[in-house]
Amino acid sequence: MSSREGSQRERGATRADRPALAPADLSEKRTQIALTVNGERREVEADPDTPLLYVLRNDLGLVGARFGCGMGLCGACFVHVDGAVVPSCDTPLWSVEGKAVVTVEGLAPEGELHPVQQAVLAEQAAQCAYCVTGVIMSGAALLEQTPRPDEAQVVAALDRNLCRCGAHGRMVRAVLRAGGGDD
Amino acid sequence: MTEPLPKDLAANPVLSRWIRVRPDGLVDVRVGKVELGQGILTALAQLAADELGVDLAAMRMLPADTAEGPDEGVTAGSLSISTSGPALRAAAANVRALFVRAAAREWGVEPDAVTVHSGHLSGPDDRQSSYGKLAGQVDLDVPADPAVRPAAPARFAGTDAPRLDLPDKVAGRPRFVHDLRLPGQHFARVIRPPSPGARLVSVPPADGLTLVRDGDFLAVAGPDEATVVRVADRLREGAVWAEVDGLPDEDDLGAFLRAGPHETIPVADDAADAGSGTAGPVQGTPVRATYSRPFLAHASMAPSCAVAIWPPDGPVEVWSHSQGIGNLARAIAAALGLEPGTVHVRHAEGAGCYGHNAADDAAFDAVLVARALPGTPVQVQWTRPDELSWAPFSSAMVADVEVTVDAAGRIGSWTYDLYSQGHNSRPGYAGVPGLLAATTLAEPAVHPAPADPPPANGAGSTRNALPGYDLPSRRITGHRLTATPIRSSAMRSLGAHFNVFAIESALDEAAAVAGADPLEFRLAHLSDPRGRRVLELAATAAGWGRAVGDGTGLGLGYARYKGTGAWCAVVAEVEADSDVRVRRLWTAVDVGRVVNPDGVRNQIEGGAVQATSWTVLERVRFDRRRITSTTWESYPILPFSRVPAVTVEIAPGDGNPSVGAGEAAQGPTAGAIANAVAAAVGVRVRDLPLTAEAVVQAIERTP
Repeated sequence: MSSREGSQRERGATRADRPALAPADLSEKRTQIALTVNGERREVEADPDTPLLYVLRNDLGLVGARFGCGMGLCGACFVHVDGAVVPSCDTPLWSVEGKAVVTVEGLAPEGELHPVQQAVLAEQAAQCAYCVTGVIMSGAALLEQTPRPDEAQVVAALDRNLCRCGAHGRMVRAVLRAGGGDD
Repeated sequence: MTEPLPKDLAANPVLSRWIRVRPDGLVDVRVGKVELGQGILTALAQLAADELGVDLAAMRMLPADTAEGPDEGVTAGSLSISTSGPALRAAAANVRALFVRAAAREWGVEPDAVTVHSGHLSGPDDRQSSYGKLAGQVDLDVPADPAVRPAAPARFAGTDAPRLDLPDKVAGRPRFVHDLRLPGQHFARVIRPPSPGARLVSVPPADGLTLVRDGDFLAVAGPDEATVVRVADRLREGAVWAEVDGLPDEDDLGAFLRAGPHETIPVADDAADAGSGTAGPVQGTPVRATYSRPFLAHASMAPSCAVAIWPPDGPVEVWSHSQGIGNLARAIAAALGLEPGTVHVRHAEGAGCYGHNAADDAAFDAVLVARALPGTPVQVQWTRPDELSWAPFSSAMVADVEVTVDAAGRIGSWTYDLYSQGHNSRPGYAGVPGLLAATTLAEPAVHPAPADPPPANGAGSTRNALPGYDLPSRRITGHRLTATPIRSSAMRSLGAHFNVFAIESALDEAAAVAGADPLEFRLAHLSDPRGRRVLELAATAAGWGRAVGDGTGLGLGYARYKGTGAWCAVVAEVEADSDVRVRRLWTAVDVGRVVNPDGVRNQIEGGAVQATSWTVLERVRFDRRRITSTTWESYPILPFSRVPAVTVEIAPGDGNPSVGAGEAAQGPTAGAIANAVAAAVGVRVRDLPLTAEAVVQAIERTP
């Protein structure tokens, strides 16, 4: 299992399955892993248990996926893995070996924006916008499956994303706009 | 006689601290206010572009910086538009006047023969110049002249200019402090105590990584973030702490808040003011009720984060998403016994900020780790559990209200006693640095209980405790706890969210006694024309008075924020059967002159949605030892599927001065929802949050 950063502070969480503190192991587990990110084959050297998010942000320089909770509960770190929306903070590197990872930077060709990104700007569908790349990943995945979703489908697709600023209504309108429906 | 300069410009009069013009015609603007996701830099750019006579596209809004820009204090209190706005406009008008004078001199014409548009200066006989061409000749290292007043017509102000910062954030380009990667940067995590007051007994080794320990402050740093996270998790698990049971009983916060010791805060006492000393007997039917709210968390989407470098010589460099970089720089210096001015703080954007969260604490953490790694940039990022348990909370509050309703159906007296912790422990409060880690160092700082901002700044616990209605025989008193184990501080609207909830709930209870419609009852007690107008706008939009289905209710809430800010009214439509569902909110707001209408709508919508979450869902949980609401599962916030539809009516500006929109909706939304719940189920719920369980309990308690 990958890191759920800080989460052992939760009551009742036990780590009986964890090995005894053995930091000497830390560097020994590093291996070469190949994955496809935004259409390019990339090789990284890392501990296979490393959450994908850190590899994207630190090894590959892709900071569009953002750390929010480290537990897969907020959506700020969402990426697509073989087309499915997954929290990269809670996805170990080994599990994406040989798979196709798409981040918000790879949704559209270089220098262009995906229709959902364009619609977010058109609707000014954000305040702080920390959550917005994760919301865009959820919206883009929905449109792949359901090109003209209705409002209920959009709300359901975004329900794994959290937003604290209260820009929800605008984000729903943006995905609807990108899907050409309900407006 | 010349009016003085606007306050922030008088304090920072040199024009180049605000505005610099590049040879390519781009204009660098640096204000002391910071972007928190509220869009302030875009609104200020609109104002400055108008006064300069340049295009909005030429404006470059730079981050606040203690070494470079003006010091404008804290970005808080919905004051940026009303304080920074006039200062920046006056600075821009001065800059424009200097460029016009330079062109006029060059052409040998009078300044009033020069016109400015889109960055171009034009004179008689088709003479042309531009800001860029003149940039090298115009000295902006001069003080502003109070005689130069902003006078430019609005070209960008009043329009829905799109946010300048969103393209980067939507594309995923580096923009947040979390994205900062300096050469040679190390990553650090702090291993915070498991509970307030815990002392560190022992720490396992952190082979290969840098372990920083100072008293009970513990952190680990290294060049690879994932490794640091893994080791930090193991240290968190292996560290031994001596804990104490120091927290109050979460199920009886009223008793905790009432127990004292208190500072008494007199807000209004009409009988004393009239000289009678004590209130005379008031005829009428009394309504007595007690309302309460639990502790709330900021629960920002990003954990707090900062970067610091402690060079062998030269100032300590800090990048922080603090609301007040000047205060932060002074607090860091004070906490470490450094000379003032030896800490240089630059603002770097973070996730949405709703008040004094852990931004400043994270900055101090980064400085402490950087001190152990001289010359190495260190980025500290908090964990989600720490963010939800160690950032300051917004205080729990409880209020006793007694209202009498006279035979004519009018309110005859109003007594309000409020119990709360203070709502300010920002850096520098009460003369202490106020930085979390300072209390855990080997030589620990002692922090007094949270204080309150002064009444001139809108107060804290008692913010909006004074109803905006025309009420006789008022006695309104705050009681601020002066000793507490729980750290509380400023969160969006401070005491106003709760006070307006309590006042608006009590008004509806009094209206019921009077047999009056809640809207009519409010209007009968409200002479303020701008207040009446927003109430009528919201009520009309909502179709107030229409029939609604079983289990559904409409409710009203109204307040003028701080008594000096924006007027806001909200109508809520709530379904309450097996669950409490806020379906729709119709809001109306008067912020005077509107700089960016879509920005105002976004703030009101967002404020209303966030206040809905606070009101129906949120509660910081703890046992006698530890904060237990440490994840999104144990501290849930409103998900997409429960967000109400929100409409915003903006009252005409009518040439009135601008006031801020950011905090106007918090209280009225809470009052409207509470009143809608009561209308839906026929029973009053007086304790927040208004969950389905709370409604069921209230029904069961009803005889």
